Amino acid sequence: MWALIVKEWKLFLDSLLSYLMLTIFLLLSGLFTWLVGQDIFLINQATLRPFFLTAYWTLFFFIPALTMRAFAEEKRTGTIEWLLTRPLSDWTILLAKYLAILGLILLALFLTLPYYITLTQLAQEGKLDHGMVAGGYLGLLLISMVYTAWGLFASSLTSNQVVAFLLALAMTVLFHLVFGLFAAHTSGILRSIFQFLDLSWRFQALARGVLDLRDLLVFLAYAFLGLLATELVLLQRHLSGQR
Amino acid sequence: MNTTTTTTSTTPAIEVENLTRYYGTQPAIRNLNFSIPQGQIVGFLGPNGAGKTTTMRILTGFMAPTSGTARIFGEEISNGNPEPRKAIGYLPENNPLYTDMPVIDFLKLAGHLQGLHGKQLTQRIRQVIDICQLGDEQHKRIGELSKGYRQRVGLAQALIHDPPVLIMDEPTSGLDPIQTIQVRELIRQLGKEKTILLSTHILPEVEAICERILIIHRGQLVADGSPDELQQSQQAELILRIENAPDPQTVINHLTTLPGVKQLEHIENHTYRILLHEDSDQIRRAIFHECVEHNWIILEMHGKRQSLEEVFRRLTLQEPSTPHQIR
Repeated sequence: MWALIVKEWKLFLDSLLSYLMLTIFLLLSGLFTWLVGQDIFLINQATLRPFFLTAYWTLFFFIPALTMRAFAEEKRTGTIEWLLTRPLSDWTILLAKYLAILGLILLALFLTLPYYITLTQLAQEGKLDHGMVAGGYLGLLLISMVYTAWGLFASSLTSNQVVAFLLALAMTVLFHLVFGLFAAHTSGILRSIFQFLDLSWRFQALARGVLDLRDLLVFLAYAFLGLLATELVLLQRHLSGQR
Repeated sequence: MNTTTTTTSTTPAIEVENLTRYYGTQPAIRNLNFSIPQGQIVGFLGPNGAGKTTTMRILTGFMAPTSGTARIFGEEISNGNPEPRKAIGYLPENNPLYTDMPVIDFLKLAGHLQGLHGKQLTQRIRQVIDICQLGDEQHKRIGELSKGYRQRVGLAQALIHDPPVLIMDEPTSGLDPIQTIQVRELIRQLGKEKTILLSTHILPEVEAICERILIIHRGQLVADGSPDELQQSQQAELILRIENAPDPQTVINHLTTLPGVKQLEHIENHTYRILLHEDSDQIRRAIFHECVEHNWIILEMHGKRQSLEEVFRRLTLQEPSTPHQIR
């Protein structure tokens, strides 16, 4: 599995696009955290909330761009057949890709740590809520786990990277906006269902430093379902269709 | 050897039992049965779409059969158990490779995924680079290589774990004549100690390197035997020249009633081509007696050895019926 993870990383680090995406991610989150809009100086509070909210939006584009090639490219070039005939289970291959991409996201998030360090320098003694920062990062990590799993699912459905990107984007929009919107415009049981499915308020809670075990489980369940769906798509090659 | 099971030398390397695979309502292979003993080089022939690639994909665990089983050294190939795949070196159709990777990195990856590590891996990489003559290209990216070299990389990755079984889907497709000869020579060398199943539609290739041929047509096995056996006994042909016969139709009518005669054709004056189910002295005698009875004078009667092309063409033009089992 480790060899596969390293292979994915090498491919990412070999391509200019990855550096470009990383730069854009840092640029955007840095810009909105420090300089533009509801930035830290404007709201004049020692908090990283502006960063978490921007990162949350930039990840929308950043993660589908990372996941789009995972299976689509292997399907296009035919290497998927090579990969799936190795003496490894599908899950090993799937998890290797998953962990490789999560690793890259962790790297991106790690590179935003200077924001936190800067803030600790700026903030007056005792004014910075470290728990809130930790909650925010945890929220970003959980969100990334969900996006990545469903991004892999989108990539497994097609051999076209652009389609994979757009599909992944559509899914994340669904989890983050559409369910929330539905919840706002429905009532009764439907409302509770959509509210349950909506991830955005769960993330907001985490970014405020409110850690609820149920939120955690919902995020993990979302991620797991994404991976399961991907595995089911991979298994489809064994099916013969109707006889 | 890398197999984890204890196998005896009599366990077939590859065994396929009632293998059937559908794509939707379309059968790709139907009730395929064959068994390949250890150490044989077998050519898998058939027109495009006959089911060669499907069979190989099932053998290598890429897809499951609709019904039936495929075994490698007695172990069933299934999605749930990737272990038996360790015994296989696989060169898939069109030789897919990670073109962004340098040759050496790709071979390292291939080795890692087959469970090789450290010194053993380095040593194996050196060996396969040697065997496939990739020394000068090992640090180039695969995408920069010519087709011939890519094919060698494909072979090198298949060989990296020194597998006892090699399954190759059209190993020489797209190569120039010299590269083709080199790859064939390589396969012949490997065949001395490995079991090889290779698909191709280049017939001279099969004659050159294979000890045994399986011909598959519309998903069914239509022939199984050594190149010699196939040429001799697949629907043998007799050329018959007679005089004193009233008219060709009478001759055809009389002779086709004989058991063992499949078809009769008047090809030129007094000359007939007789297709037999199988050549034997018995049939020749029957034809002789039939001619004598009608006072037809036999000027010539001889068997004609068919080229492999003719055998192949004949078998794959007709509807598949029952397999002509020779072994």
